[in-house]
Amino acid sequence: MILEVRDLHAYYGQSHILHGVAMDVNDGEIVSLLGRNGVGRSTACKSIMGLVTAQGTVKFKGKDIAGLRPDQVAHCGIGYVPEDRQIFPTLTVRQNLELGLKRSGTFGRWNFDDVFALFPNLKARQDTSAGVLSGGEQQMLTMCRTLMGDPDLMLIDEPTEGLAPKLVEQVGELLAEIARRGVSVLLVEQKLAIALKISSRLYVMGHGRIVFEGTPGDLGANSAVRKEWLEV
Amino acid sequence: MEIVLVSLFNGLVYGMLLFMLASGLTLIFSMMGVLNFAHASIYMIGAYLAFTVSRFVGFFPALIIAPLLCALIGAAIEVWGLRRVHHNGHIAELLFTFGLVFIVQRSVQMIWGMLPMAYRVPPSLDFSLFTIYGANFPAYRGFMLLVSVGMLVATWLLLKKTRIGLVIQAALTHPQMASALGHNVPRVFTIVFAGGCLLAGLAGVIGGNYQTTEPGMAESMGPIVFVVVVFGGLGSLAGCFVASILMGLIMTFAVVINTSMLDLLRPLGITVTGDNLFTEILTVPVARIGALLPFAMMIIILSFRPRGLMGTRDT
Repeated sequence: MILEVRDLHAYYGQSHILHGVAMDVNDGEIVSLLGRNGVGRSTACKSIMGLVTAQGTVKFKGKDIAGLRPDQVAHCGIGYVPEDRQIFPTLTVRQNLELGLKRSGTFGRWNFDDVFALFPNLKARQDTSAGVLSGGEQQMLTMCRTLMGDPDLMLIDEPTEGLAPKLVEQVGELLAEIARRGVSVLLVEQKLAIALKISSRLYVMGHGRIVFEGTPGDLGANSAVRKEWLEV
Repeated sequence: MEIVLVSLFNGLVYGMLLFMLASGLTLIFSMMGVLNFAHASIYMIGAYLAFTVSRFVGFFPALIIAPLLCALIGAAIEVWGLRRVHHNGHIAELLFTFGLVFIVQRSVQMIWGMLPMAYRVPPSLDFSLFTIYGANFPAYRGFMLLVSVGMLVATWLLLKKTRIGLVIQAALTHPQMASALGHNVPRVFTIVFAGGCLLAGLAGVIGGNYQTTEPGMAESMGPIVFVVVVFGGLGSLAGCFVASILMGLIMTFAVVINTSMLDLLRPLGITVTGDNLFTEILTVPVARIGALLPFAMMIIILSFRPRGLMGTRDT
């Protein structure tokens, strides 16, 4: 097991966002975290990453990482792709990728050529400011930037949000390629179809708790859970 | 003609001095969101330290030592002061730096006294560089220009060509993301704060004997530096540079211009006479309101461009 989360609580000021979340990610697995907006999926990612102060147990490769700073969590081997992308707009595409590296010139499973082979668009525009890229290109860039740091586990928050169907497909392909190279993924998703297709297991969140856990087959068969916690 | 040339040169020297102070302040402000009220106090510390250090080892070693001491002071302020109050929000940080201003002011008065220091231009630079239209250009002003241009180039290279510069630029816009990518952002903050204080200290070393080293120097420099930062726009070093040079030139030229608003209106055939407030305002020579001009400019630019000249963000 690469990630083990137990009894995770998080607060924004007075409001209690996470009420004892528990979940696991096994080695090389894509696990999806589903649920409607505002149920705490993003907060769960941020809490694991150390970007939000939380109480509870977070174990990564058996080591307790709760309470570490985000950069320390990153150095343990967790990569984070935020929902709002957060590319560095004033820097070039190549500089953005460069910043994904934890040490200059040290590459792991991914280097510039790998990224550019996957997304020729990024290669063609490597010297332009990242701020002028299209939404889809920015999404690719933000995922590739995190990959450059060679994480063993990726927390990816809503990568397909607001993308055209063709780009959604591309994101799906990239996720599959990430898993092929032995990187585990915790994927926060809204689109049930893509989650059912690529995940080996799924969690459904509601009101800051995990309300369902199972395989895509289980969720496909359980219309009550889909109706109560997912469908609008 | 010589007035124009001399003022141009002096304005440039003063503008570069302002930039050395304002660049550090704008970096600190846009990265950490802290408006460091004590920035000009570090400038004053730089001048006083340079005075004391240069009595023992001479001016040129002091030129190196005093800014380094200021950087250490800055690092200490960030690690043991700002970082601790950071959790309590920006108001706490503002009050903290505001308090520092008084602490530095009183400490300087306690250590060095109330009177101006005899911090003079070193003899080796105390000559006339060249004479033009009968006016002398002191070599020291040329030296100041040289030091500030050197510092500008060094800062630019550091920011644009090194990895730490890249991380600083990233942390300027998205500190959380930079941190999630594995960069130690608190350490970057310390480096930037110390670097800003180093620049302020250096400005103090070369500005302290150009102006006067006395306990009021922080108080007189502080507001101007804030005006420059706001005028140039937050998060923009280029805007900061333009604003610094502009303010330097305006403030230098304003001192020597003896015309009033009325003189400007006269060629248009407009004359105003009479003994009232309106006439009074119009007949004030520019030289007398020179010190007000930067603030007036700030108000004007903020009414048309709320983000400043080249600002990219609001806070």
